[in-house]
Amino acid sequence: MTQLFAKTRISAAGLALAACMALAALPAQANVDIQQVRSEKGITAWLVEDYSVPIVTIRFSFKGGNTQDPEGKEGLSELMSGLFDEGAGELDSDAFQIKLDDAGAEMRFGAERDRTFGSMRMLAEKKDEAFDLLKLAIQQPRFDAAPMDRIRAQIVSGIVANQRDPETAARVKWAEALYGAHPYARPDEGTEKSLATITADDLRDYHRRVFARDNLNVAVVGAIDAETVKRELDRLFGDLPERSDLRPVEKVDLKLDQEVRVDYDLPQTSLQLAYPGVPRDAPDFFAAYLMNHILGGGTFTSRLFDEVREKRGLAYGINSSLVTQEYASSLVIGTATRSDRAAETLGVIRDTVRRMAEEGPTEAELAAAKQYVIGAYALNNLDSSSAIASTLLSLQEEKLGIDYIDRRTALIEAVTLDEVKAAARKLLTADPAILVIGPPLEGTKG
Amino acid sequence: MAFYAEAPKARTSGIGWRRSLQGAALALLLSAGSAAAVDKTPVENKISSFLLDNGMEVVVIPDRRAPIVTHMVWYRVGSADEPPGKSGIAHFFEHLMFKGTAKHKAGEFGAKIAEIGGSENAFTSDDYTAYYQTVPPEALETMMEYEADRMRGLILTDQVIGPERDVVLEERRSRIETSPQALLSEEIEATLYQNHPYRIPVIGWMHEMEKLNRTDAVAFYDRYYAPNNAILIVAGDVDEKEVRALAEKTYGKVARGPDLPPRIRPEEPEQNTARTVTLSDPRVSVPSFSRSWLVPSYHTAEPGEAEALDLLSEILGGGVRSRIYQALVVKSGVASSVGAYFDGSKLDETAFTVYGAPRGTAKLEEVQAAIGAEIAAIVKDGVTEKELESARNRFLRAMIFARDNQASMANLYGAALATGSTVADIEEWPDRIKKVTTADIQKVAAKYLASDHSVTGFLLPADPIQN
Repeated sequence: MTQLFAKTRISAAGLALAACMALAALPAQANVDIQQVRSEKGITAWLVEDYSVPIVTIRFSFKGGNTQDPEGKEGLSELMSGLFDEGAGELDSDAFQIKLDDAGAEMRFGAERDRTFGSMRMLAEKKDEAFDLLKLAIQQPRFDAAPMDRIRAQIVSGIVANQRDPETAARVKWAEALYGAHPYARPDEGTEKSLATITADDLRDYHRRVFARDNLNVAVVGAIDAETVKRELDRLFGDLPERSDLRPVEKVDLKLDQEVRVDYDLPQTSLQLAYPGVPRDAPDFFAAYLMNHILGGGTFTSRLFDEVREKRGLAYGINSSLVTQEYASSLVIGTATRSDRAAETLGVIRDTVRRMAEEGPTEAELAAAKQYVIGAYALNNLDSSSAIASTLLSLQEEKLGIDYIDRRTALIEAVTLDEVKAAARKLLTADPAILVIGPPLEGTKG
Repeated sequence: MAFYAEAPKARTSGIGWRRSLQGAALALLLSAGSAAAVDKTPVENKISSFLLDNGMEVVVIPDRRAPIVTHMVWYRVGSADEPPGKSGIAHFFEHLMFKGTAKHKAGEFGAKIAEIGGSENAFTSDDYTAYYQTVPPEALETMMEYEADRMRGLILTDQVIGPERDVVLEERRSRIETSPQALLSEEIEATLYQNHPYRIPVIGWMHEMEKLNRTDAVAFYDRYYAPNNAILIVAGDVDEKEVRALAEKTYGKVARGPDLPPRIRPEEPEQNTARTVTLSDPRVSVPSFSRSWLVPSYHTAEPGEAEALDLLSEILGGGVRSRIYQALVVKSGVASSVGAYFDGSKLDETAFTVYGAPRGTAKLEEVQAAIGAEIAAIVKDGVTEKELESARNRFLRAMIFARDNQASMANLYGAALATGSTVADIEEWPDRIKKVTTADIQKVAAKYLASDHSVTGFLLPADPIQN
């Protein structure tokens, strides 16, 4: 558990990518029949009907996440997302959880930087009971004092537990260094101090501002028909405010060309390098995406993997990711390497990046990357109802259109070698921000 | 070049486990070996199994919803089968399987997979090693050809051994050496098992890994990699007929290897002590503990006992509705995280573990005592019918949810078959779960958890601080 946890912490940027790249779409051959459903009250959802397994999955999101936490109340959205199964409507925490368990449904809420999302997976035969509870959670969360204090204390325990952990310290320092005064620099889970100030009224205010109909997207997959979905949409969301009330968030450019160090005596040094990225709606998005795939995006086939792991055995894993968030974008390379050869590893990475910036990929590399990127989508995004639901939701969040799936292959095929070379020059010429967690590097400045 | 993963084995304490529902559901799926609700499954989705002439076992799990196939080969060999002094060879060898064969040079298989957008990986546990690819169904035959080819055709040279050994050493540093939690887990296992090879970490001890060489790898390959020691699992957009034809054409051509002796490992002696393992580390701020007892696995248990232990772990500490979560986190508030788990899919005796960490000003001893009191209450008074019913329903619905993901189905079957269960065992599991009574649960609690003959692990701050 901790192993996974540690990994997650260091690659927060990578995770964000996974979420963002889920938008890229399904290839044409992937025969997914998406229906657009519009309820009487005008709420829209994308639906894939499928009766082969008797379950229903719903996933939805509201634009506005951690970045909507008021100044000084960091961690609010995180705290709130822990409270949706802790009492709603007439039901207190205990009563709600018992009913949810009896209904055989799994409900989750979560806050990301740019969005607050919810999901439920239920047995088709018990969907009425399950939707009733989801409706209560969405519309009438109670935010009772006892569960609120308990969840808050659990989050604080987590913060305290990590306060001497070098990777946690690094994550905080790194975010501040990259994003400066932007809300992305703030800790998602808040601090002991900020959490202590949050009241039930703060939660209700956030709920009112963010849980609305104009910033909502919904995806439904499984054993349910369009008419039923329409009815449920109105029940679940119909009484929410028509308009959200989000505080404006500015776009931000990452501060590059700096080195952030967390000195700690560890047998292995973690390295991260941040370069500029491209927004999801940029015309050269796929050129950059394909370039990144060739550089370090593939699992076992990439230039970085080959140079750092295969040829030299310097690391177990290395990857690069295009991170496209709502208000910032970057290309991030991450690895962990034996501390006594960390300087060498960093040198190999910088050389590999430089070569890509100067020469770009070969025609053959680009052709292979295109094949992979086109083929991988269905395999990675259609293998379960929840994967399909996530994909449908992301497509809507990114406003890519219900026909995007059919268009995607052509968009990728149209990318030329010159465009990829241009993307490599554009993103990789800059001096990156570098994060080093471990003993001081041998043979480098500082 | 593979990914290394342990089967869900004794994880200690709960740092990071704010709420453990998800963990519980996952542990449940992975530990129990679950099955489709067979009666409701459409005929074309019937799970089937058969043997090839060379002894390779085949399981087909159709799921025709999307043009995707998960192709896995499981070998009945894991770290607990390694020769003494060669710890880590099973996992190191798993990495070497990604090197070239006489027919295909290194990287060719991977490139073929990448070409179609597929994904691949492998993992090693105490009891098994598995290789898999996720591809469109048209590519299944190619996957089978390559996988069958490397079953016997691997060419291992010192040039590939050296850098790859560096990679697994780096993997050990990454997964274990940099994590106080992982280091403690290793020591707990080494203490819980006094004689059985489960005491040795799957990835190996550093000083033995450093010495693994070509001779070790070849010997390991020749002994364990053969069709009669392998299980093929194909899940997804296929049917039995296609898989049978393709399997015969590819794996069927690989000669049967020598018969392997039964997997009998050194057994645990009677354990008569309460043992404690403590790790203090400057990175730790909040103390935590875990306690593990040796208990039977699905493979070693008397009929019904493993099912009862599974349900006991769910009722005791399987999520937010469990006894210890309600008592310690919700009601008294002494803990920030607590839980229990039972890893039933092991070939030999396994562990039943409880864990917890204090919250606020509460002391670790209070958490320990309160968990102890909850166990004692079950030993004395048993569990309620309602608790049993809720836990049972959670298990049964988890199996229906599992059918939504072909890869998790393939994993369930593979892990169960590689640890001594049969397809029939898996299919009958829901019925056996339904038969467990409250008395059965009380009985296993009394039999296995009432004693202090167990291992308690403490993860502590280097110097005493608040908490």
